[in-house]
Amino acid sequence: MTKSLGLSGMRKGRAWALGGLLALAGIGNTIAEENPHDPYEGFNRSMFAVHEAIDKYAAKPVAQVYDNAVPLPVKAGVGNFFGNVGELWVGVNSALQGKFSDAGVDLGRLLINSTVGIFGLFDVASELGLERHDEDFGQTMAVWGAGSGGYLFWPVIGSRTVRDTLGWGVDIMGDPVGYVDSIPVRNSLRGLRIVDIRASLLPADKVVEEAALDKYAYIRDAYLQRRRNQIFDGRPPRLDD
Amino acid sequence: MMKKLFALLVAGFVASAAFAQEAPDVLVQRVTEEVLEIIRNDREIQNGSTNKVIDLVDKKVLPHFNFQHMTALAMGKEWRKASPQQQQQLTAEFKTLLVRTYSNALTSYKNQKVVYKAFKMAPTDTDVLVRTEVHQPGNKPVQLDYSLERLEGGWKVYDVVVAGISLVTNYRDQFGQEVRNGGIDGLIASIANKNKSLEANQKK
Repeated sequence: MTKSLGLSGMRKGRAWALGGLLALAGIGNTIAEENPHDPYEGFNRSMFAVHEAIDKYAAKPVAQVYDNAVPLPVKAGVGNFFGNVGELWVGVNSALQGKFSDAGVDLGRLLINSTVGIFGLFDVASELGLERHDEDFGQTMAVWGAGSGGYLFWPVIGSRTVRDTLGWGVDIMGDPVGYVDSIPVRNSLRGLRIVDIRASLLPADKVVEEAALDKYAYIRDAYLQRRRNQIFDGRPPRLDD
Repeated sequence: MMKKLFALLVAGFVASAAFAQEAPDVLVQRVTEEVLEIIRNDREIQNGSTNKVIDLVDKKVLPHFNFQHMTALAMGKEWRKASPQQQQQLTAEFKTLLVRTYSNALTSYKNQKVVYKAFKMAPTDTDVLVRTEVHQPGNKPVQLDYSLERLEGGWKVYDVVVAGISLVTNYRDQFGQEVRNGGIDGLIASIANKNKSLEANQKK
């Protein structure tokens, strides 16, 4: 316990956030030997089972139909469109993390793809060498120094740490789709986006299914590694083995 | 005259040794392009033939991998608890599992393009990271990095990292769990069982 004192304030903040979430979660920690990466494993595993059922009977079949029926250029257009819709929020988060030249690139991408790229259907900016960034509010909080908190698994939403669950809540507020006035249009966009995201994960499904000894743990550890990589923008410091 | 000839001979030796020690980034790019070229021209692999793709990976990819190191990395501190014989069994089973699952991922290859990132290393480096990116229409590029170490037989891959996820260390918690439940032999048995069930279900 000789870590820097500056952490204690953050710990308190984290504890507060945890308390709120745990009240929601109902605390289901029944696993005898606690995994330090996964203090709420009991609760998470039961939520994972719910999620798998929803996925099996709803999300995945719809995504498969979409993936098989829709030609590739249209799917690419849909993916590009939602990428463009999220670009402003990516830029805001780049700026909040002090990466102002990245934020400039994000804004440039938004302008180019919304105009030359016809409402974002074509990712012209990437062709021009303006690289797409991957930012969200969870990463911003991490850069600001917030710890991740315990790992949580939510049905439909999937893996999130405590911090990233809060970040996800803020991301929703930064999502332009939420500000579309027409309710049917808004809901259709949200639905299409979910299908697009789920369809893009279909190839990974098979790998996880085959590779994992324990699918729940495989997905958890993959999520935690991926987030770490995102927070460090693809160049995480090496961990000691 | 003799001196000159000798110098020439030595130079020739050094040059061929340097050629045998293909630079790690060159190696990654060459093998990737060779494999993708074969897949692009092979209907059977595109239709999901596991045997054919495993055959391809066996010939082209595996000689450049160090599975013992990969298994040790996946095991973490549990590795030292295994006897040499158990280490051998673990390596064999883990190799089968990795080869099967990720070879199958290759059969879904289509429309992707691999971009090789700029690479720099010092001549004395023995452990490097080669970065690539897989581009596909409508999606964010996926980072695909290889950790390589310099061994006597050339550079060998000991870790593959997809979007920041090490396909090797991602097993550490699962392996640890199995060892806690059934010891090293329990872990060997459960990987072997997984391999058997995958083999039973595979598309020929």
